[in-house]
Amino acid sequence: MADIPHDASASAPPAELGEMELYHPRSWWTKYVFSQDAKVIAIQYAVTAFGIGFVALVLSWLIRLQLGFPGTFNFISPEAYYQFITMHGMIMVVYLLTALFLGGFGNYLIPLMVGARDMVFPYANMLSYWIYLVAVLVLVASFFVPGGPTGAGWTLYPPQAIMSNTPGQQGGIILMLVSLALFIIGFTMGGLNYTVTVLQARTRGMTLMRMPLTVWGIFVATVMALLAFPALFVAAVMMLFDKLLGTSFFMPTLVEFGQQLSYGGGSPILFQHLFWFFGHPEVYIVALPAFGIVSDLIATHARRNIFGYRMMVWAIVIIGALSFIVWAHHMYVSGMNPYFGFFFATTTLIIAVPTAIKVYNWVLTLWRGDIHFTTPMLFALGFIVTFVNGGLSGLFLGNVVIDVPLSDTMFVVAHFHMVMGVAPIMVIFGAIYHWYPKVTGRMLSEGLGKFHFWVTFVGAYLIFFPMHYVGLTGAPRRYFETTDIAVVPDSAMALNAFISVMAFIVGFAQLVFIFNLVWSLKNGKHAGGNPWRATSLEWQTPKTPPEHGNWGKELPVVYRWAYDYSVPGAPEDFIAQNQPAVAGREAST
Amino acid sequence: MVVAWVMVAVVVGSIAFHLLSPWWFPPLASNWGYIDDTTILTFWITGIVFAAVVLFMAYCLFRFRHRDGNTARYEPENKRLETWLVTLTAAGVIAMLTPGLFVWAQFVSVPEDAMEIEVIGQQWLWNYRLPGEDGQLGRADNRFVNFDNPLGIDPEDPAGQDDYMIIGGELVLPVDAPVRFGLRSVDVLHNFYVPEIRAKMDMIPGSVTYFWATLTQEGSYEILCAELCGTGHSYMRGGFRAVTQDEYDQWLGTQMTFAEFAS
Repeated sequence: MADIPHDASASAPPAELGEMELYHPRSWWTKYVFSQDAKVIAIQYAVTAFGIGFVALVLSWLIRLQLGFPGTFNFISPEAYYQFITMHGMIMVVYLLTALFLGGFGNYLIPLMVGARDMVFPYANMLSYWIYLVAVLVLVASFFVPGGPTGAGWTLYPPQAIMSNTPGQQGGIILMLVSLALFIIGFTMGGLNYTVTVLQARTRGMTLMRMPLTVWGIFVATVMALLAFPALFVAAVMMLFDKLLGTSFFMPTLVEFGQQLSYGGGSPILFQHLFWFFGHPEVYIVALPAFGIVSDLIATHARRNIFGYRMMVWAIVIIGALSFIVWAHHMYVSGMNPYFGFFFATTTLIIAVPTAIKVYNWVLTLWRGDIHFTTPMLFALGFIVTFVNGGLSGLFLGNVVIDVPLSDTMFVVAHFHMVMGVAPIMVIFGAIYHWYPKVTGRMLSEGLGKFHFWVTFVGAYLIFFPMHYVGLTGAPRRYFETTDIAVVPDSAMALNAFISVMAFIVGFAQLVFIFNLVWSLKNGKHAGGNPWRATSLEWQTPKTPPEHGNWGKELPVVYRWAYDYSVPGAPEDFIAQNQPAVAGREAST
Repeated sequence: MVVAWVMVAVVVGSIAFHLLSPWWFPPLASNWGYIDDTTILTFWITGIVFAAVVLFMAYCLFRFRHRDGNTARYEPENKRLETWLVTLTAAGVIAMLTPGLFVWAQFVSVPEDAMEIEVIGQQWLWNYRLPGEDGQLGRADNRFVNFDNPLGIDPEDPAGQDDYMIIGGELVLPVDAPVRFGLRSVDVLHNFYVPEIRAKMDMIPGSVTYFWATLTQEGSYEILCAELCGTGHSYMRGGFRAVTQDEYDQWLGTQMTFAEFAS
């Protein structure tokens, strides 16, 4: 094993640069509200994301009420239904998942895990959160304007998105586009921080190839987001112009209510290319932080080094790069030049290879491990199952000919919920059970956690696995009701009702989780600094929760990678990254 | 421990669900049986991979669960194993992609003798244009659309005068002859979707998109719109009948041409 670069034999280089000066807060306001401390900003991001995520959860119940029991609930009109699905999708993808993984976990974990005192630009970091909050408030405001929020589908395809027969075309769509633009501005401020902090503010000895995979995942996802979000920004601004100024970026000559509109010459397909040039990387912007975090959860709780670390890092980088040349697999039946199908099907299926490597390496980390079935580990296992399932159904939809019958059916809905809904959310839960002790100094209740896991995992699988088969019968997605479709048998409607019931059960289990979060703040067991006996730097802080500046007087020095678990000859089954060479370890290798 | 058994149950349950499920593609009514074959092949390959990965994981969870005295093995890398897994995965991907691309090559090559028809979507109605005696369709554009010309046929183009127009009615097509479905929209995006044909495609205002199919089964089918097109999206349905060539010719004679419609 002499060629492994992550052991202690290469010592840390001497300090060359002076430390950065931190702005220390002088009042309650600058400490807890307009804070420049990445850890406070992280919590602000997380609380806001959960708040708006709860709205999305309630919307999903309303969607399932309609789909499971069509005709029963008169307050759900087609207009309202389309508004529910649109806002549910947009909130979950952008305002919850992206914000929580990058703004929440990124802010909390990057400085701690790379041994920095804070983000490199704390002021911009603070602005990032406050602009995000404004974006969320603008989004929420769209529920209260005349006509309500937009019901154009989360993809906001023109011409429909800004035309009369779409709900929310008065104010809703405008606020949606403004909110997205704000979100992107806010994210860019945070994203530059995460990137520069990883590149410039790592402590001595923390080489890139010694970073925990969590940091790798968030780092690559951030770089991708910085490259992908501008496409959405441009699309949102152009559509705003089409709507407000009467330009025709996306609007061709068309007719409404028998009248020619004054638009002409624009291209609806152009919007789709811009949207998915953002939209596909977005899938991995959510997935890569999850990949990184789950690697660390599995290694820590299986007490084993992550298997094939270098391969894992390269897989993250390669997936990030490839995900920029697969976007049009969302557009196989969009009417774009069909010859694109050859190229995009090939690139899409190639991504399966590095993705599969990651799955193998997670499972091979469990192999010959010492597996502790803690709540974070259970959620990590739930992630593997749902991610493998959703990834494999992606091979159907990525392969252009199979996509043709399945596109725009419930099969697609089942696929993307499994792979970028359930799977990353499993990781979010696992990560919260794992890092809550560091954030608060208290453990979450394991009993409630296990209850939360079992209901969520089993329930979510029972929701989304059968849903693929509803789609196979031909039932289209985004249908207000599918009862009277000739090809959809009555038995599929019974299945829909079952799915709805499961959705309510899983939804209510999340209330138990929220209760656990609040209850454990005061009543959880005291955690100590390193309850999981983990190696990475955030567990080695002098205080828990870490104070502003993270490290007390001196920054930690890193001597090894983050995965020295169960090293033969070591006195304990883990060696912290900042621990110098251990006698006996070198003897055994 | 429990979790290992639950993982086994997930695999067994999923496979049993798949095998016992009454929910499957509706009976095929076109030449696109290759699409079904590729789908079934993909179910086999992905099903085997799913079972293998999750069952191996269940084995690890059972065998390597924490007990007193159990220690994990320190093994950062295993190049041989990783190379093997990459090779196997690549082989599986090639096995799925290759037939997919061959079928796609057929999908994009419209037979030269295909009959050309046009489907025109509007919120929330299906309209059609079928070639008249000259066997071809006249030019059309959304800027010609008005009350007397709902499909936007170019009034100056003589080839358009004998085109048959069906406004919101049933579409009838002959079996056993390839048909090129040209697709247009006068307002927003729509998608012409007959589950039994398998093929589908979006309709875009300002463009003419297409797909082709040969109908193989006589019968009546339902046309669904598969691209969100506003509040009436789920009610945008149409009727569609596949009949013999003789019946088709007879039916076509009863339809109205553009010239008749305009006068």
